[in-house]
Amino acid sequence: MSEALKVDKEIDIRGLVCPYTFVKAKLAVEELQVGQTLRVLLDWPEAAHNIPRSMAEHGQKLSVKQLDEKQWEIIIKKEVED
Amino acid sequence: MELSEEQIHRYSRHIILREVGGKGQKKLLSAKVLIVGAGGLGCPVGYYLAAAGVGTLGIVDDDVVELSNLQRQIAHNTQRLGMSKAESAKQTFEALNPDVQVLPIKTRLSKDNVLELFRDYDIIVDGSDNFPTRYLVNDACVFLRKPLVSGAILRFEGQVSTILPYDGHCYRCLFESPPPPGLVPSCQEAGVLGVLPGVVGGLQATEVLKLILGQGQVLRNTLLIYNALNVSFRKVRVPRNPQCPICGEAPSITELMDYEQGYCQMG
Repeated sequence: MSEALKVDKEIDIRGLVCPYTFVKAKLAVEELQVGQTLRVLLDWPEAAHNIPRSMAEHGQKLSVKQLDEKQWEIIIKKEVED
Repeated sequence: MELSEEQIHRYSRHIILREVGGKGQKKLLSAKVLIVGAGGLGCPVGYYLAAAGVGTLGIVDDDVVELSNLQRQIAHNTQRLGMSKAESAKQTFEALNPDVQVLPIKTRLSKDNVLELFRDYDIIVDGSDNFPTRYLVNDACVFLRKPLVSGAILRFEGQVSTILPYDGHCYRCLFESPPPPGLVPSCQEAGVLGVLPGVVGGLQATEVLKLILGQGQVLRNTLLIYNALNVSFRKVRVPRNPQCPICGEAPSITELMDYEQGYCQMG
């Protein structure tokens, strides 16, 4: 997803575990305008699956990239007001 | 208003919900709810609203804690016998959640103080145990056009209804005036299963949260009747009554009134 190049907001939630990973990501998405993009950096493996699933359920568009063995980057584009 | 890290943790299970989120939690923290009665219903209503982070809770009760209350009034305890119920509730709810400001109002509602007491609140919850208060609270909410979440319990049966004045029924659309004293037994005479107000108060607290959040449907134009013995929930449709003496087309009640306190008072 090319939007990864221009993100409007970034959060680093490395060190956080579920459910606070999703809580933090959700609060950050709430602050975005529709059309804006959030980059989330995390190291909790479950969250790399759970955040995308929950965000998709909430109607947001996203992509996940594994950066290395223990780190992931999720790019979330806000599609709908929450 | 920004949520603190501690609040993000405390309310995380709310924030995760799509229907609540950080925005909804901030609405709850800004909301002001007045609970009439710190008895069987007022205790669970206040307990759950405090846990949910409803920022301001007013609690009206002029009674003190008695031993026979403790079978159902879960905000009080054995050490607090003789203490004001409003004060006891404040101690319990603020200990649960320091985000919540509880304002104890140690007075009996009357036509002379009710409008002033209700004015600053967003939602009124009726957890009173007698008809004069129930009608006074209804009438004041109609005059102030304030949402009212009404609850009542007796023996094994409870009722819940949400009154949105002029946008749905009111208590007098259903029962124009109180029954004569002595016709309907009080809990003191007839008894009440201790857990029953927990169920009914839980439903009332749920109605309050939905009103604040603007989510779901509330019991507008509806009376919910719960029977604990046969485990039934029955919804009875209560349309607005055009002949209602207070919210109808030609109201005969244009000012507040205090009914005789000839009704048995239960704590």
